[in-house]
Amino acid sequence: MDLRYTAEEQQFRTEVRSFLDSNLPPDISDKVLRGKHLQREDWLRWHRILHQRGWSTPNWPKEFGGPGWNAAQQHIFEDECAAAGAPPLMPFGIRMVAPVIMAFGSRVQQDRFLPRIRSGDHWWCQGYSEPGSGSDLASLRMRAERRGDVYVCNGQKTWTTLAQYADWIFCLVRTAPDRKAQQGISFLLIDMKTPGVTVRPIYTLDGDAEVNEVWFEDVEVPVDNRVGEENQGWTYAKYLLGHERTGNAGVGNCKRWLKMLKHIATAQTVGGRRLIDDPRFRDRIAQVEIELMALEVTTMRVIAMELAKRAPGPEASILKVQGTEIQQALTELMMHALGPQALPYQPAALDAGFAGPLAGPDHAVPVTGRYLNHRKASIYAGSNEIQRNIIAKHMLGL
Amino acid sequence: MNFDFSEEQNQLREALVRLLDRTYEFDKRKQIIASAAGWSGALWRQLAELGALSIALPEQHGGTGGTAVDTLVVMEALGRRLVVEPYVPAIVLGAGLVARAGSDAQRARLLPRVGSGEHLLALAHDEPDSRYELARVATRARPDGAGFVLDGKKTVVLGGGVADTLIVSARTAGEPGDPDGVSLFLVDAAAPGVSRLGYQTQDNHRAADVTLAGVRVGGDALLGPAGDGAALVEHAIEHGIAAVCGEALGVMAMLVELTASYVKTRKQFGVPIGSFQALQHRLADMLMRVESARSMTYLLATTVDSADAAARRRTAAAAKAMVSQAGRFVGQGAIQLHGGIGVTDEAPVSHYFKRMTVITMAFGDADHHVARFSDLMERGA
Repeated sequence: MDLRYTAEEQQFRTEVRSFLDSNLPPDISDKVLRGKHLQREDWLRWHRILHQRGWSTPNWPKEFGGPGWNAAQQHIFEDECAAAGAPPLMPFGIRMVAPVIMAFGSRVQQDRFLPRIRSGDHWWCQGYSEPGSGSDLASLRMRAERRGDVYVCNGQKTWTTLAQYADWIFCLVRTAPDRKAQQGISFLLIDMKTPGVTVRPIYTLDGDAEVNEVWFEDVEVPVDNRVGEENQGWTYAKYLLGHERTGNAGVGNCKRWLKMLKHIATAQTVGGRRLIDDPRFRDRIAQVEIELMALEVTTMRVIAMELAKRAPGPEASILKVQGTEIQQALTELMMHALGPQALPYQPAALDAGFAGPLAGPDHAVPVTGRYLNHRKASIYAGSNEIQRNIIAKHMLGL
Repeated sequence: MNFDFSEEQNQLREALVRLLDRTYEFDKRKQIIASAAGWSGALWRQLAELGALSIALPEQHGGTGGTAVDTLVVMEALGRRLVVEPYVPAIVLGAGLVARAGSDAQRARLLPRVGSGEHLLALAHDEPDSRYELARVATRARPDGAGFVLDGKKTVVLGGGVADTLIVSARTAGEPGDPDGVSLFLVDAAAPGVSRLGYQTQDNHRAADVTLAGVRVGGDALLGPAGDGAALVEHAIEHGIAAVCGEALGVMAMLVELTASYVKTRKQFGVPIGSFQALQHRLADMLMRVESARSMTYLLATTVDSADAAARRRTAAAAKAMVSQAGRFVGQGAIQLHGGIGVTDEAPVSHYFKRMTVITMAFGDADHHVARFSDLMERGA
């Protein structure tokens, strides 16, 4: 047992770090590190910079134009990117639809879609959840009726993250309503510009419009845009869920937030001294930091399993639950560190070019919104209750 | 990055499991803890024959020169069977201290006999007022010719009742609480002036309170440099923490296994109670706590042999905080999910719970170690 990174891995870390030093635009990292809003163009600019270096799809094998990194290299890459304040790569194309297209898509689909995901020409979003189908995803009702060489789609998807930016959406749709829930589902790729597709923002409790409803009214989708077999979509969706692994923990991001929390606790004062010098508050930071240390090692244990070709299964659920609980603890502590300064709510100050007067310190501006926003973390991607069901079933045999 | 155990480590674990399956089945353990001595000399000799006692001792003194990861393998196996023999006090604390701080003569005199199971050591350090503070030593060692005279009282000396040699911390300088001025002495447990009150602890281990009244030792009894005792004890305690964390992994794994299997068979309302989501989620939370504890235990096991004292200190605090919290959660959850049967003496789960409870408090509880980690936090000028 040896938890240190190998010499090659350390060398790789140095290479990533020096790339970030010279290529990550300071105006973008400044936004990330100070918690300001990123625009579509910011994400894309960074994606293209990575693409030029061949690093825009860290999880892809070489045969599809990826860097062919192993799990440890991917982890190091993410860790360094998060520390430097690089925008996280959007997972919908790279991590969600691409592995399904690679495994089950036709050659034509692979040639058409994968290069555009890599280059950033196509922004993807995910059409899974519906108003009546959250945790019970297989009950989804969006219809796709075959008429000749098209599917005519009707229905509604919801919680669609950044659909307002997306060029394409991958959807689970019902193609055989008479069959058992899981058996009548197909996996469709839909151009967002197709007539009948409407995106409506959902304003979340932080006032942001990150998620959307996507409506489909007689939307015609070529049969060629179906991935794999008709009515086998559930199998592909499950394959995709199996691909969601260590990234769920978000360790790199949490480490950056922990740093931010300590920064805030150093800047705020209580009883005439720095908040971080108050043992009662510092103990709470310590508690989260210990949890985060454990999560990082657990993540490394799962990576080691992947490196040894032992497919991690339900371990991903542990990472999801613990990672999101730590994220929520950190966002909450940052808010509490501000004390009364957490009350002014000035989201406009998060936008580029804001020059208005500001109540309170600059470091306070993103904190409350982030706390509010991250209540979502224990709900999305399989709620933490669903993850506990998975752990109980698959790891405890209940 | 590699979390695998070596071939030798896997073989050692298997050998231990086979031995304990044979000799330490629950009812046999009951006889051992009910016996007058409260431990099994026969098992101790068998552990010695397997090389388990000498695994981390230096090769020139009959050991295998292993690391804390080897000790972890042993401890996890001992934890699964709730072994009460004094492995932590005699081997991890006692022999470890002699190996790290002893002179060549002291090492040659003690370590081979400790590794072969013929001689038992114990660390007599804690005092009535010390709680978890390592430098709060009031016992005095007064120079007397070439030697010293020791006076003081030591409490809850684990394995202290059966030890042949006690490692006693005593002040040669300074006042209780001073980091410097504590020295360590090898004291024959049968020496005049040493009196021991042996007792059973709540987890059926054995300990003793030790009173030292004018105990004379020679100059060669000094273990390590005079005045450096607190630092030596700190490092020994870090090894002790790593060991009980490893043991806790075995104990907690059993608590989860016993509970998962119980809720699958126990029926109420016509169905196994394990089909109820309220119980499933509690068990899932227990399992997740165990995995976090495992991660921190691995991290400590690979850190505690390091020369970097700051890293050791920080990691030991984090690991012990995590394991203490996890152990409390898992132990109390296991009893709760067992329902009434869980609070009986006949149910193994109650014995695992008691050992887990003691481990949560051993070498500092969760509050102590969170505060310690917190105090060590980098926070600028």
